[in-house]
Amino acid sequence: MSQNVQAKAESIITRARGLRWQVGEAFHDRAIEALYEEATHIAGRSVTISGERPRFNFDRTLDRLLTSRWTGFPIMVLLLAAVFWITIELANIPSKMIAGLLLDTVHPALKEFGTWIQMPSWLSGLLFDGMYLAAAWVISVMLPPMAIFFPMFTLLEDFGYLPRVAFNLDFLFRKAGAHGKQALTMVMGYGCNAAGVVAARIIDSPRERLIAIITNNFSICNGRWPTQILIATIFIGALAPPQLAGVVSALAVVSVVLIGVFFMFMVSWGLSRTVLRGEGSTFSLELPPYRPPRILQTLYTSVIDRTLIVLWRAVVWAVPAGALIWLVSNIHIGGRSIAEIVVGGLDPVGMLIGLNGVILLAYIIAIPANEIVIPTVLMLTVLVAKMTGVGGGSGVMFELDSAEATASVLQAGGWTVLTGVNLMLFSLLHNPCSTTIYTIYKETGSAKWTTVATLLPVVLGLVVCFLVAQVWRMVG
Amino acid sequence: MAYPEQCEICPVNRGSKLVKLGETSDSTDYVIALAGNPNVGKSTVFNNLTGLRQHTGNWPGKTVTRAEGAFSYDGSNYKVVDLPGTYSLMSTSTDEEVARDFILFGRPDVAVVVMDATRLERNLNLVLQVLEITDKAVVCVNLVDEAERKGITIDDRSLARELGVPVVLTAARIGRGIPELLRSIRDVATGALVCKPRRGWTEDKKVKSALDELVALIGPEYPGLPNVRWVALRLLEGDQRIIDAIRSGELKSLALRGEHGEEVISRGKE
Repeated sequence: MSQNVQAKAESIITRARGLRWQVGEAFHDRAIEALYEEATHIAGRSVTISGERPRFNFDRTLDRLLTSRWTGFPIMVLLLAAVFWITIELANIPSKMIAGLLLDTVHPALKEFGTWIQMPSWLSGLLFDGMYLAAAWVISVMLPPMAIFFPMFTLLEDFGYLPRVAFNLDFLFRKAGAHGKQALTMVMGYGCNAAGVVAARIIDSPRERLIAIITNNFSICNGRWPTQILIATIFIGALAPPQLAGVVSALAVVSVVLIGVFFMFMVSWGLSRTVLRGEGSTFSLELPPYRPPRILQTLYTSVIDRTLIVLWRAVVWAVPAGALIWLVSNIHIGGRSIAEIVVGGLDPVGMLIGLNGVILLAYIIAIPANEIVIPTVLMLTVLVAKMTGVGGGSGVMFELDSAEATASVLQAGGWTVLTGVNLMLFSLLHNPCSTTIYTIYKETGSAKWTTVATLLPVVLGLVVCFLVAQVWRMVG
Repeated sequence: MAYPEQCEICPVNRGSKLVKLGETSDSTDYVIALAGNPNVGKSTVFNNLTGLRQHTGNWPGKTVTRAEGAFSYDGSNYKVVDLPGTYSLMSTSTDEEVARDFILFGRPDVAVVVMDATRLERNLNLVLQVLEITDKAVVCVNLVDEAERKGITIDDRSLARELGVPVVLTAARIGRGIPELLRSIRDVATGALVCKPRRGWTEDKKVKSALDELVALIGPEYPGLPNVRWVALRLLEGDQRIIDAIRSGELKSLALRGEHGEEVISRGKE
């Protein structure tokens, strides 16, 4: 800026300061007062409220129940458990049907077609056993739970329950030195962490906003729900008698969610006591009225907009990942495939923390999208355990049309209940997906905080899994 | 009209004047900004106008970024900008700044202020502030269905008289009142209806002369800057952010863009 312009700017500021003295210091307050008076005056002229107040105030009664100190928390946990229970009980049926169609019927037909047009076997392998099967697998594992879970969640949101959750959790966040509105960004994170990170804009203070951004990953996102639900069904539900299996699996998922909330508080607390020191600021949160949810519209938007978008993203990532998995398991170096060599190398570390090499490799392949972890794990497990009778050879995903069949594959791959428990924990505590990392960078504009937000959860995950494995092995 | 009003905005009805264009349009004749307090249903109104399905939810603070959509009505193309909710134009949080900056410097052709019928008095604070800075506004009193259930009746004609701009009662969730809203937007955008917005609260004599003096100082220095009066008012109140914007030259660049006829937000396809 030229000096002339700068001088002119200063002169305007100086003149304004002078005029401020003329109109009086309290001018701002007077202006606000005048504004409020005006609003009251106008509202008084155009609003009529009929004298008969309804005797039963539905909103207030419900709020007393949902936000009370005693009943608020149990109701929250019960609602969450009910949502998971319904998802787990219902998802298995369509899952079987889709798997039967895409894996048992379409896949063999594609292979036959390949043979018929005399496609070279490596090409048919890459296309049908790698790319197609990865995509088909993602659809059959993810579509049913999402199509059931999202509408239920959206109905709760439409009804107005989310701000009540924020209200219930507010005092905990305040104790942790964070902002009460972080509860809302946390809930957004249960849909998608990238969305949760953007939602942190509702928090004014940069310090508290940063805490909300860093800890958002402790909310399990879209891509991780299917992993939690499937593994809980296979390993935890199976420990209970069949009639209770669904309830027990649902409670296991709820526990993981609560562990996530616990870590969110602990990390927020830790950050606000060390590098991001400060007190939580106060704010006002409006509790909106309960509104009857629009059921059909919710079903439509949550299936079309949310489920299909998430599924599409998963398929887009699954196709190249499928090709990659097929390649690493079919290119051999010194008699062993690349996948076997890498898995063998990662195994000691994996075993030490109660996981295995396959899971670690799957998490590396799945950095772009958490959605494809389970298909990758299964594909690699079959490959390394050299299973016969399932699928058609290396790099081929197989026809597993129920949770029991998946369980038998994993057990053959050397999985125990500990592996299952630790996989659930590691799925909660690991680095955010690449989209979220990029969003964190865009929102914070800081490479340093992006690195912290990326590495902190992985380190926590490794430590927690290690500790659980040690305790488990000592007790067991 | 032979059919009920909902048919007027139905995409199936070929006789309807409204064509929902979704995300893009080739050319834009008018830019519409949707402003209002948090959780009054701005995104629902937005979805109703554009045919988009911007995520809506029953909690304040859901929209944190600007969403854009388009529709065509009665032969003109409109671009709609859905802004995050804000209680006041004087607030400082990032999401509220998005709304404030657009209303102030984005040069919308019509500012549609959406209100919650059940909380009219509090919502009026923002309406009065917006009317302070723009001549082209439409007030949309949303959630009238909810208000009716609570026994609250809004007299739209008296409110329109008080405010000096068109007032439309809507229940966007069920599409009620949207045809009237479209008509009002068109009338104000095309200039068929000239608003005389109420500006009572800064009409203090001493304040007015101080404001006029500052406007005369700032105006020539920043040609092309919209809402000089608002900038002057904030300066008079000693707003540190505005003082900083003048010092850093931020205000100058806003003014320069205006002078060259550029829009802060482009009108065409992006």
